Amino acid sequence: MSTATPAVTVDGLVMRYGDKVAVDGLSLEVARGSITAVLGPNGAGKTTTLETCEGYRVPQQGTVRVLGLDPQRDRADLLPRIGVMLQAGGAWSGVRAHEMLEHMASLHAHPLDTAMLGERLGLADCGRTPYRRLSGGQQQRLGLAIALVGRPELVFVDEPTAGMDPAARRTTWELLEEVRADGVTVVLTTHHMDEAEHLADRIHIIDRGRVIASGTPGELTREGRSATIRLVVNRPFPDGAPESLRAELGPDTEVRQLDEVSMLIHGPADSMTLGRVSRWCEEHDVLPETLNLGQRNLEDVFLELTGRELAT
Amino acid sequence: MSATFTPAPGAAPLSRMVLSQARMEARLMLRNGEQLLLAIVIPVIVLVGGVAAAGRLGLDLDGHRAVDVLTPGVLALAVMSTAFTSIAIATGFERRYGVIKLLGSSPLPRHGLLLGKVVALLNVVALQLVVLVVVGLALGWRPSLAHPPTSILALVLAVALGTAAFAALGLFVAGVLRAEATLALANLVYLLLMAGGGVVLPTTTYGSAGTVIQWLPSGALGEALRSALVDATVDVRSLLVLAVWAAVGTVLTARTFRWE
Repeated sequence: MSTATPAVTVDGLVMRYGDKVAVDGLSLEVARGSITAVLGPNGAGKTTTLETCEGYRVPQQGTVRVLGLDPQRDRADLLPRIGVMLQAGGAWSGVRAHEMLEHMASLHAHPLDTAMLGERLGLADCGRTPYRRLSGGQQQRLGLAIALVGRPELVFVDEPTAGMDPAARRTTWELLEEVRADGVTVVLTTHHMDEAEHLADRIHIIDRGRVIASGTPGELTREGRSATIRLVVNRPFPDGAPESLRAELGPDTEVRQLDEVSMLIHGPADSMTLGRVSRWCEEHDVLPETLNLGQRNLEDVFLELTGRELAT
Repeated sequence: MSATFTPAPGAAPLSRMVLSQARMEARLMLRNGEQLLLAIVIPVIVLVGGVAAAGRLGLDLDGHRAVDVLTPGVLALAVMSTAFTSIAIATGFERRYGVIKLLGSSPLPRHGLLLGKVVALLNVVALQLVVLVVVGLALGWRPSLAHPPTSILALVLAVALGTAAFAALGLFVAGVLRAEATLALANLVYLLLMAGGGVVLPTTTYGSAGTVIQWLPSGALGEALRSALVDATVDVRSLLVLAVWAAVGTVLTARTFRWE
């Protein structure tokens, strides 16, 4: 098996539901052995893209290849090699957690030891509990166990930590990191930027059915216009302050006034910028009370790219 | 602790997957209180109640003892309850809960899933028949022993074709309606057919309506089983009616079933 071919290639995928375009010419690649996050707000087209890779949906335009196979034509060859964690559900309401995991294991040739897996995912105590009585977090962890039990080469996990408490989230992240270390490719969707930042080797930010930015977390948050400066002053800014400050700082900078005493400045993170900001304050007779140089996070990146908040 | 998750993918052999799926579905069916009520409790009540009522009123049916006519009818009722109502409801909720979707990403192919359902269904039906035969015998049922090979052949054909016809129709309902609508419709149809479908009572007892009822899958299954066990004959026409219903149901299901 060549490791040179990507685990997943999506090229120009278009998916429409009636008049609504869910995926609009989306292209991305997933390298083998990596954790790749598909990040975006609800309704961005993440789940539709994933479900096309999993063979649930037929691409209306464009091509999708998973482990070099066509998820439609080569379905029978592909399915044993991938693990899928659905966003919700997937189990009979009366089935016991361990029974469900055993059943899914029995469909594979060389499954993992279900007792070990249950233990790792903190499901040992609820093994005899019917699915409908599991907490949301327990159901999520069972879903993850089901995705992994067949020892797949590639797992698709849709919102893996939705509904989990912080401790369970942490455990899940550690598990996914171990899974990657053992050579499994992980594709996850999330709308939590901290999850993407923490876990992913590579992030594709999706909005309205398109990839609007791709890169490592570092590339996305540090490169280019790399800092956010938060300026709070002791008295209201004069009229036209954002424009005049932008003129002072140059064309690489964006200035946004938050309220009458504070502004956000996106621009180069250097002492020259900070020097210019304080000089501008002096000239305009306002005193900086806060001049914070914060590193951009993915939230800022998303806000910059789309003008909207990522959080839903 | 390293290398726990090292990939080693592969599907289990089809036979193992199908058996596993069948075991799971049968277990869930027998664990579910409502389904058990439908599968065993109601047929037993109908049988015991029917025999007691007929005895009180001094009725016989077509010149036969009531228990000899009602027992085959209740066997037909049991087949209908599991093959139609239970399968429809279970499959409707499997769609609703995403079970079928999840299995759709597993190595179990769709025909394997269907085969698993059939094996589970036949197991549950066999269990029902054993229980009801024992209850019938305890109530004094004496099936015709005029020609046992014919009776057994007719019984097997009737149960097989009846199961196929009702399961195909049950899957059709489950595949097009929402789970709640399936639940309501499957129960309603069951009650209507139990009362007026020629299942428990011979179609001749319905007067002129009987000529219509004998073309229903319920009437055909009831008649086929009564012919097998009361008269020791193969009711070819009823078996053909069941075969046609099975074919129609299969085509409808194949054309309309939505996996999600």
